[in-house]
Amino acid sequence: MNYVGIDIGSTASKVAVTGEKELKFVLPTGWSSKETTMLIKEKLLEDGVDVGDAETKVAATGYGRIAVDFADYVITEITCHARGGREMAGDECTIIDVGGQDTKVILVSEGMVQDFLMNDKCSAGTGKFLEIMANRLGVSLQELFDMAAAGTVLPISSLCTVFAESEVINYIGEGKNREDIAAGVVDSVAAKVAQLSQRKNLSEKVILTGGLSHSRYFTGILSAKVGKTVEPTADGRYAGALGAALLAREKSARR
Amino acid sequence: MADNHKMWEELGMNLELHDQLCEVLPQAFGDVFLSQENRPEGMDYYNMVVADIHGIRPAELIEHQKKGGKVFGTFCVYVPDEVIFAADAIATGLCGGSQFWVPGGEKVLPTNTCPLIKASVGARLDRTCPFFRIADMYIGETTCDGKKKAWEILAEDVPVHVMDLPQMKRAKDVKAWAEEIAALKEKVEEFTGNTVTAEKLAESIKLINGKRKALARLYDCRKSETLPISGTDALVISQIAFYDDPARFTQMTNKLCDELEQRIKDGVSVVPAGTKRIMLTGTPLAIPNWKLHNIVETSGAVVVCEEMCTGTRYFENYVDESKETVEDQITAIAERYMNINCACFTPNHARIDDILRLAKEYKVDGIIDVNLKFCNLYDTEGYFIERAMKEANIPVLGIETDYTDSDAQQLRTRVSAFVEMLNN
Ligand code: SF4
Ligand code: SF4
Repeated sequence: MNYVGIDIGSTASKVAVTGEKELKFVLPTGWSSKETTMLIKEKLLEDGVDVGDAETKVAATGYGRIAVDFADYVITEITCHARGGREMAGDECTIIDVGGQDTKVILVSEGMVQDFLMNDKCSAGTGKFLEIMANRLGVSLQELFDMAAAGTVLPISSLCTVFAESEVINYIGEGKNREDIAAGVVDSVAAKVAQLSQRKNLSEKVILTGGLSHSRYFTGILSAKVGKTVEPTADGRYAGALGAALLAREKSARR
Repeated sequence: MADNHKMWEELGMNLELHDQLCEVLPQAFGDVFLSQENRPEGMDYYNMVVADIHGIRPAELIEHQKKGGKVFGTFCVYVPDEVIFAADAIATGLCGGSQFWVPGGEKVLPTNTCPLIKASVGARLDRTCPFFRIADMYIGETTCDGKKKAWEILAEDVPVHVMDLPQMKRAKDVKAWAEEIAALKEKVEEFTGNTVTAEKLAESIKLINGKRKALARLYDCRKSETLPISGTDALVISQIAFYDDPARFTQMTNKLCDELEQRIKDGVSVVPAGTKRIMLTGTPLAIPNWKLHNIVETSGAVVVCEEMCTGTRYFENYVDESKETVEDQITAIAERYMNINCACFTPNHARIDDILRLAKEYKVDGIIDVNLKFCNLYDTEGYFIERAMKEANIPVLGIETDYTDSDAQQLRTRVSAFVEMLNN
């Protein structure tokens, strides 16, 4: 048997397979979740996993989960992230996921979701905000982080992406050091994420998942702001996909 | 359905704009309501009322006006209908629950005003709702800041009488509210030319209590493990209660309850056994705001109770019917209304007690605390609710939303995740 987890995020789609095959890969989501879903299906077939056969169970999650028409299970990203995070951090943990479109904080206790929070409609404190700001500075996301690590924080006080963007434009106009601006941008995202997290009682063990999850630089800032060690995770961006694959296995066994 | 255009035109409505609303409503109603399975037959009445929402009832109100009667528009469950009906006038709820009216309100109100206020002001100023046109006088109240200022804007376009609602619940506040009710009585008498006698008031107290009892009976049916009616259907009944003819509404609701009670006996439930039971708490859901109920009930859970003004806050507690003088009756009315627990009051611990009690009575598995965007009062009170429910081990999901559909996908994710959490 193979168990496939497909996490269609707003910017990237992650796939994890467990069972006879063990593999993971990531694709940009592009403009159509349907199209991405087709690409994933083909890619899986190349790797010897046929989502159509009875020996393969598929769980879809993420923002575009409905588009995965061959899924056996459709599960929200909260439940899947919790399951994946639990695999990475154990039965008592808090998962902070900074995604492309939204940021979530999930409290896991005894291996179950106990409580969760998601940011509001606003994109401040999400990957989207970082992307917009990197674009403004004409650099890639990785470059933004590299620059930030070398700079000192210029304060960005607005909580709203649109206003924060004009603050950044002002800084650029004033000829401020780009490294310092980058440091300000990353710091403001961490501040927003920390603000959201602090609405809940975080567990002793806190991990970061999502696209930024491997960044020790980011977890360092975040730890300082939430007052607890937030651990980076190597495969954190696959937490949702991995969780979905594991849930596909558990759910099909339950039947 | 009769063509109502002539009536609307005579009401001075903006027909072109209003037609846009008429185009989308039936679709929305069909999607949300008619797609449900196994609905009680008694829902036919409410289907009809909603289908012709801007036709049947407005025509009745106009008929009443032709005979010299007056119509009063109200916006809050603290305003006592009893006094208005006792003067042979009709009270009708006017809260706006559609995004359609919001841009009209935004022309004159700050953007960070709650959508309920924006929609209510927009519906009047844009001339797109017959009820807002028909009402001869609006009765406002000093509840939240947004409303207080909105009355001043509305008063430039229509007669408005504002009741000064106390914000605390000491004995002197109940007394002050009784005085405000007496002042309302005088205002209504002067405006209608009719006298509110003890007999008349006794009659209307019975009438409105009757409506409350019918709603309580409906809600009692929702306490049953065998759930005979969906939350979506119950919500629309609560919403219709605000503007339908009270006697007819009571009769039709009691008739529906006969059917629901029979369903419980026969074990007919609208959801499979084990479906998670959700209570919504928070700001009102004015018609046609069905968004959250629809999301919850298409995400594998069911709504069994609303601790809301379109819910328990509207019908719980009765006015004492044994009083014989107008003065004593007014005191009894004031006492009943001051038992409502709205976040406009400080402190408002009794609301937490209500929620804990309702959670038990309705065998609730989880609570969704709903806040209309920019309602500071309920948003702030959400802090206490969350804490109290945590202590009582009742899972809570806090949600903030407005009338637009732009967040439907996000809401669906949150609600589904909440339901998944409850099912685990
Ligand atoms: S929420 Fe408060 S102010 Fe609004 S209608 Fe209800 S009681 Fe009145
Ligand atoms: S929902 Fe809140 S802000 Fe809106 S009218 Fe009611 S009390 Fe006022």
